[in-house]
Amino acid sequence: MTEPIIAVQSFTKTYGDFVAVEDISFTVQHGEIFGLLGPNGAGKTSTLETLEGLREPNGGSLSVAGVDPTSEPHKLGSVIGVQLQSSGLPETITPDEAMKLFCAYHTVEPRFDLLERLGLQEKRNTQYVELSTGQQRRLSLALAVAHKPPVLFLDEPTAGLDVPSRVELHSMMRELQSNGTTTILATHDMAEAEELSDRVAILLNGRIVSTGTPMDITATGAGLTKVSVRVENSTLDDPQLRFPAVSQQTFKEEYHIYFTTDVGPTVSAIIQHIEAHQDKLIDLRVQRPSLEDRFLELTKVGGDQ
Amino acid sequence: MNAFVQHFSFEFRTGVRNKNLLLLNYLFPLGFYLMMGFVMVEINPLFQKDLIPAMVVFAILAATLLGIPDPLVTARENGIFRSYKINGVPAFSILLIPALTTILHLVIVTAIIVVSAPLLFDAPLPIDWASFVVTFVALAIACSGIAILIGVISASSRVTVLYSQLVFLPSMLLGGLMIPYSMLPTAAAQAAQLLPATHAMNAMRGLVMGGSADFNVWISIAVLALSGVIAYGLALYLFSWDRHNAARRAHPALALLVLVPYFVGIILTLS
Repeated sequence: MTEPIIAVQSFTKTYGDFVAVEDISFTVQHGEIFGLLGPNGAGKTSTLETLEGLREPNGGSLSVAGVDPTSEPHKLGSVIGVQLQSSGLPETITPDEAMKLFCAYHTVEPRFDLLERLGLQEKRNTQYVELSTGQQRRLSLALAVAHKPPVLFLDEPTAGLDVPSRVELHSMMRELQSNGTTTILATHDMAEAEELSDRVAILLNGRIVSTGTPMDITATGAGLTKVSVRVENSTLDDPQLRFPAVSQQTFKEEYHIYFTTDVGPTVSAIIQHIEAHQDKLIDLRVQRPSLEDRFLELTKVGGDQ
Repeated sequence: MNAFVQHFSFEFRTGVRNKNLLLLNYLFPLGFYLMMGFVMVEINPLFQKDLIPAMVVFAILAATLLGIPDPLVTARENGIFRSYKINGVPAFSILLIPALTTILHLVIVTAIIVVSAPLLFDAPLPIDWASFVVTFVALAIACSGIAILIGVISASSRVTVLYSQLVFLPSMLLGGLMIPYSMLPTAAAQAAQLLPATHAMNAMRGLVMGGSADFNVWISIAVLALSGVIAYGLALYLFSWDRHNAARRAHPALALLVLVPYFVGIILTLS
């Protein structure tokens, strides 16, 4: 295992008496897309902002690409790119000016190609305040990656984006990943986190309640896998019919729907039953519990405590 | 260097693009100058001699005290400072560049006043141009320093307006622009010496226009320059990247240290 590019050890952040983040630890490997998930107030922003050098920790240690954000903030700018959730740019600045200004401070050539790629070519001389929310976010992303930082922080990157822009952004994130960029993705969009993240951490009340790959996390929940089956004849119509591991079953729009705790034996038994009764299978769909289901489960448990 | 040039260039353009800044940098000072030229010179012919210095001082007061602080507060509240910090923009650039670009706009406004006043209102020109430049620069440093200090310590835009007016309105009333310093009651005259406009008008009358000064002009120049340097230093020290302006090195009341040169000036002129 190589040295992690981001290491957070026993990190605590407080605001007066309020503990926003309490003793959390995680690491992120080179080239990973790491999702930081949690409801509002869970501690995501405090964690991100401390990693970005915008806040000082009250305890623990943090390292980003070998830089301590607290004691070496001047070194941080060259190793991180940040797409902030808030605007972060003056109202009168144009995308061209913003690109020239930020690249000048990073001492790199302006990356006007990024503006073109992110669909801002025709808006290069439009003032920031006149850009749509989606255009503002795309500009923010272009500025964040212009100096090719090894670590990228994205806070709700697709909020306010239309579908093509969202697809383009996802494609860009994968391309950056293939070039070795590590991304920390803070999002409320569970489908996005599940699709893009190699690993995620779910924060709740300032603590990490679950961490791992999206598949690991969904597998550890009590969620049931949904198996939907459509057959030509009436083989499955008997209400007394039972399959292994199925806890609930229903019928909707010509589909027999089974909720199972163990998908393998259930599907196997259903197929055997259909074959044994010389019926014909038309469609079979298996829908695992999503990250969103697991997230809701975890946040409900945390909220009840 | 390239970063400084890019930043300066953008901020300079903002001074014209932003409607509020355009108003405070150009329209308000030049409109007031035309009004005073057409009206005040008719009412009080003695004002003709003060027209150029008074209107240049007014332009500096308006553009700096009213124009600089609010954009700083708004930028901080909108998270622009945070974005700048992440992208390596140093604090001194954030504070210094808007002040420098405002001074450049003021050079243009001053040139318009100096060229047009003799033609439109038969106003006399300065007789000592070097002193004019020195006084202009000293007042610009003093007022822009106070302006960025107000922007740095203000908790919100509303407070910014209050702080700015605390300097701007007394400057208009007591600073020698409308009523000569010599006509003020003793207590008001001493209070007026706490204002940069008073020292600027004293230097303009005594040094630049070849008239008689109300007190030592070099004390006035020194007070302006020194208070400006102190204000810039304090602004840099009290600067906060935090959008809520909560994390700061010291209490905002420390900003009152900017008044020290003015108090020293009062003591020196009394002795």
